[in-house]
Parts: sequence; C-alpha cells; structure tokens
Amino acid sequence: MSTSRLTRRGFLKAAGALAAAGCLPVSTVELAFADRSKSFTFAHISDAHIQQIRGTKFVRNWDRGLIRAVAETNLLAPKPDFVVFGGDLAQLGKKSELDHGAEMLSKLSYKVYCVMGEHDYYLDLGEYWSKLFGPHYYSWDHKDVHFVVLNSVLTYDEWTHERWPTQEQRMLEMAGLDNPNGSQFMVGEKQRAWLREDLGKVKKGTPIVVFSHSPIQKIYKGWNFWTEDAEEVQALLRPFEDVTVIYGHVHQVQYNQIGKISFHAVMATAWPWPYPQSYALAKSHLPRLTVPMNRADPFFERDATGWQLIDMKNGRTAMRYNLYNNTNRAVAFNPKTGRPEDTKFQEPTAGLPPQVHY
Amino acid sequence: MYRKIAGTTFVALTLAVIVGLVPVRGDEFSEKDVKRWQEEYMSVVKTGRELWVSADLGTNGVACAQCHPNAANTHPETYPKFQQQLGRVVALRDMINWCLQHPLEGKPLALDDPRMVAIEAYVASERQGVQLAPGKH
Repeated sequence: MSTSRLTRRGFLKAAGALAAAGCLPVSTVELAFADRSKSFTFAHISDAHIQQIRGTKFVRNWDRGLIRAVAETNLLAPKPDFVVFGGDLAQLGKKSELDHGAEMLSKLSYKVYCVMGEHDYYLDLGEYWSKLFGPHYYSWDHKDVHFVVLNSVLTYDEWTHERWPTQEQRMLEMAGLDNPNGSQFMVGEKQRAWLREDLGKVKKGTPIVVFSHSPIQKIYKGWNFWTEDAEEVQALLRPFEDVTVIYGHVHQVQYNQIGKISFHAVMATAWPWPYPQSYALAKSHLPRLTVPMNRADPFFERDATGWQLIDMKNGRTAMRYNLYNNTNRAVAFNPKTGRPEDTKFQEPTAGLPPQVHY
Repeated sequence: MYRKIAGTTFVALTLAVIVGLVPVRGDEFSEKDVKRWQEEYMSVVKTGRELWVSADLGTNGVACAQCHPNAANTHPETYPKFQQQLGRVVALRDMINWCLQHPLEGKPLALDDPRMVAIEAYVASERQGVQLAPGKH
C-alpha cells in the first residue's frame, strides 16, 4: 500500500512538473542581439509572507505561493543567471518563519540574492535574517551590469528604538500596512553615503539595477508605497544612462519612468494588494504609465500573485510577469519612447475589463 | 404581577398619546440625540476596525486587513450583486462569511451577529462618499 502510494505520489509529482513545464509561458528561445554576451536573464520572487500559526503549522495559502514560484523558476530554460528574493520572506520576522522560508528557497537551483523587507526586519532589526542571508545592503557586478541591493525599510531612530515596549509589538505595528502607528520607510543617510561611494567606483556607461523592498519613488504614503528619501537616492543614480529600480512590497504590477530611471514593481507570491486609488478616502500618485494587473478573483487563491523573469538586453530590462490563473504580462523598456511599456496592453483601447480598478 | 402592571401602564399611555395628553412627536430630536447616535455608530465602526485587523476571527492568524488595507477592494457599494463563483445574487455579508471560511480558515458568523454588523459598518465607513452601484462588477 505504502509502495503504491509512493509511486502514485511520485507519478503525480512528475505529471505536475510536466504540466507546469507545458504551461510555462517563458520563451525558451534567446533572441540574437548585437552583443550576445550582454544579454541574460534572472528571476525575481518576492513577498512570500511565510506565516507561522503555531508549532509546525504555517498558513498553507502563503506556503503554496512560494513553493510554486520556486518550482516554476527551477523549470526555466534557458536557465536564469541568478534569482533575487525581494523581501518579506516572513510575516512577523520570526526565526521559525525565516527558517521555513529559507528551507523553501534552498530548493532553488540557482544563486539567490536576498532583499530585506519590513516583515523580516522589525522584530530583531534583521539580526537573524543576516545570519541566513548576509549583509542588509551590498552590490555585485554581473556581465557588465552593476547590481545593488538596498535596505529601504529603515525608519526614524525614535520610532525604531524608543517608541515600543517590546520588539514583538514593534513588529506588529509595522506589519499592518494600513496601521496609522507605522512609520515611513527610508534608505537613510548612512546607506546613501555607502551607495555614493559604491557608485563612485562604477564607470558612467555601466547599466545599474537596484533592488529595494519599498518603491524608491513616492506613490501612496498611507500604505508605505513610499520611500521618504526617494529623491535623494534617485539623485545618486542620476549620472547613469541606464538605471532600473525593481521593488517588492506593493504586491501588484506598477511601472514608471523618472528621468533616466525605470521603475518596476513585482508581484507577491502570497496575496495581491489593492491599488491605492481604490481606497476612496486617499489620494495617491500611482504612475500614469501603469496598466494595472487584473482585479483578483478571491475564489482562485493564487490569482493575482506570481513571480517574474527579467530579460537584461544591453542594460535595459524587460519584465515578464508569470501570473497564476491570469494572462501573463510583459513590460519592457521601449527605446523609442524612453520608458517601460506593456507590450500588449499599453494603448488605452487595448485594456481588459478586469484591469479597471475602482 | 409585573406583567399585569406593565400591560396596564402601556394601555394607559397609548390612550393618553392618542387623546393628546402626552406631547410626543416622532419627528423631533435634538442635537444631543444626533451626537449620541453618531457616537453609537462610530463605536460600532471602531469595533469593526478592531475585528478587521484581528487574528482571532479565523483560525490561521490571517486578518481581513492583510489583503484589504483600509477595507479597499471590498466594494460594499456594489452589493447585492451576482457573484459568479456562488452562482447567485449575494449580500456583502455573504462575501464576508466566505472570506472568514476560506482565507481565514474560520467559521462563518450568524448574519445578525453584532460582529457582522460591526464589520459591515467599518467597511462602509471606509467607502463613504462613493455612489451606490448595486450589481456592478
């Protein structure tokens, strides 16, 4: 009995992998470019929010999102050069949650670079996260592109160190997206000084890709779709010709162009968030370029979640959103207009009814 | 005994009102009344907000606010409406119960449970000013 069950399970697993590979939307053909060595891909997975209930029990829904993203990323062909995890691996920063998430990420057959999210940070200020994943901010070079990871979820010292009686309460206060007791995110002076020095060593023609958890632009303060010192960070990036900022936190499709800087948000694997304009009592500055993701169908628990494959071609990015239960999307830099555009839905007449949010 | 007295008093008062002995008029209320009614309403909204961010409505620690910050993307103005996945026209409270049972892995509330009223009061308060659009998808 146990043998046959194992066999059946093994079969189902293999069948599942085949089925997933069959529907994988990802092109297996690399397009030819003038300089092929400057074209490569990487994957981006974000916002898993692994949440412990008690003991060995974790919220099944969020677990499934990350497991699926990891499994699908492993099926990519050609293989991506690396994977970035964009932050909020845990829900309440607990060791058990970070360990459980790290265990799932360990199944990735690629090098993984991690970004700090506020849900990872505000329990012990990133101490345990650091033991698992390394420094909070860092940079590296890959095939003539300079990559930077920032910890953009810092805030005022008084809020962090003096306001809350326990670290558990501090974590809970920051974990509520719409909690008025929360505080604005920032990169902070110390890290900006590091970034200035880091970029000072980079040749001006080099493409730059920055990963942060919060948007390095100001969209809606009430939900921290916002980084308080965004302009100061943008100023440090301004001398470069090709800059892309890729951020998590917002759990939705967003893109924008500010000067020479392209911005892309990524999907969560856990759950989608509303666009700020659908909160009737708030004003937001959602970039006008964005064609929204489809409104989520709650009856499909993976709907409006997903992960991304990013094509880097001569320093410019094309973001492919791999959406569970939805038509996939691609947002690519258009050299003619000098901004990221959806390759299918950018024209006002091309939109779908589910892309209307209210 | 008490019932008898209460019954007699009620009949007497009703008669008194009918013949105009007691000056009661249904359309008169003071600013004090309005203030009290608003406070009563807001206290229920407050309870609703507390439930909205509470991990105790379900069994897995997930709260309504996790997916619906400020109750956004709940669209109370569109109910009752046809919910294709349920195959019928439903009220907002039916969807609230659906969420309690599925994402929150909990039990549904009775439709007249004060907590249900509180949740509805909170959702509506975050959506105030938006025009009614029943049936809209």
